Amino acid sequence: MVQASKRGRIRKLENKRPARNRRQQPLKSKKIGKKVDSVLGPGNLAPNFSLNSTPDQKVSLNDFRGQPVILAFYPADWSPVCTDQLSLYAVVMPEFKKFNAELLAISVDNIWSHLAFAKDRKLNFPVLADFEPKGVVSRKYGAFKEKIGESARALFVIDDKGIIRWSHLSPDGINPGADGILSALENLNKTQATEKS
Amino acid sequence: MSGTTTVTRKRAPGKTLLEPTGKEATGRYQAPKLEIPVTPERDHIEGPVKAALTLVEYGDYQCPYCGAAYPEVKKVQKELGSELRFVFRNFPLTNIHEHAMNAAETAEAASAQGKFWPMHDFLYEHQATLGDSNVALAYARKLSLDTQKFEREITQHVYQKRIKDDFMGGVRSGVNGTPTFYVNGVRHDGDAVAKALVGALNQAKKVNSLENRE
Repeated sequence: MVQASKRGRIRKLENKRPARNRRQQPLKSKKIGKKVDSVLGPGNLAPNFSLNSTPDQKVSLNDFRGQPVILAFYPADWSPVCTDQLSLYAVVMPEFKKFNAELLAISVDNIWSHLAFAKDRKLNFPVLADFEPKGVVSRKYGAFKEKIGESARALFVIDDKGIIRWSHLSPDGINPGADGILSALENLNKTQATEKS
Repeated sequence: MSGTTTVTRKRAPGKTLLEPTGKEATGRYQAPKLEIPVTPERDHIEGPVKAALTLVEYGDYQCPYCGAAYPEVKKVQKELGSELRFVFRNFPLTNIHEHAMNAAETAEAASAQGKFWPMHDFLYEHQATLGDSNVALAYARKLSLDTQKFEREITQHVYQKRIKDDFMGGVRSGVNGTPTFYVNGVRHDGDAVAKALVGALNQAKKVNSLENRE
């Protein structure tokens, strides 16, 4: 759950539009919407953030305006090697690049853990630390597990204007793979093509 | 092909042992489906080509989890016999496994001379020696392959495109790591052990027979 005060802050970021109108596409099922509640759906303005990618470098979402951005929230560094979601994305990266998309991975681990993890898995994209205050960005996206204090395994595809076009929350222990992201990027291209014509 | 298999969400301990779980996303979950149908002309198939049950594996020769799953698949094949066809497709995670692509090329080069499965088995049985091309070469000689052709095709990366095609087909089907299995076209999110795989295949068999009766 996003706390009321935080929700207010998000709203401020989103030109003070009321929550209801922000959603261009309704959630598929109200039930699921209620239950999961959390992840921001398509049509929402992606809340901006600025997080450390190295001890002395910060990455902001707004830096990437003008190109699609994939946000991959994940629970923790150092899950088992071969089935690791981020290792897969590192190999699929050339496909993401075909859409000029940038991938940002986010978890609550600290920057030193991230650095060692990214080196070990040869990750070729920024891994951001949502570390202090813990989980603030994950919460903004509704991708935080309060009980265990980790990011949920949630994916977002954000368009060149900073609007969320696709989001996905994986069930526990299920690595979502990359197909959903690629389909979302393809749809983004199609929509932009029709808008232009 | 079976219809949609809806599984209630459960953890896959073999894959996600170290991941903490929360309680939020409950409800029905549909596993991804195999986007690239099995084609006898292209695929490596072990077992009767027209078997009612199909087990597809996306695997990486250097991945220890695939190495652990290898004898499990053998057990599944033994148990189901001629009811099952097993299909292997390449999914080398090249950024973490430096020898995975070369190993996949080795198996494909053997395949060009009709010896895919012996080489596939050999590579999984000798995972520790993957960096040493002489080991596979000696085995190719033992299989009476044309070793000149075999070596040339590997060094010239003749089969790299095919392997990359396998990989991308896997990505689009929701392969999320290695090994990833598909039981009659639906991703198997359970353990990569014989018991779970046989269970899923038997379940698919039931679905098949129900569909046939209708």
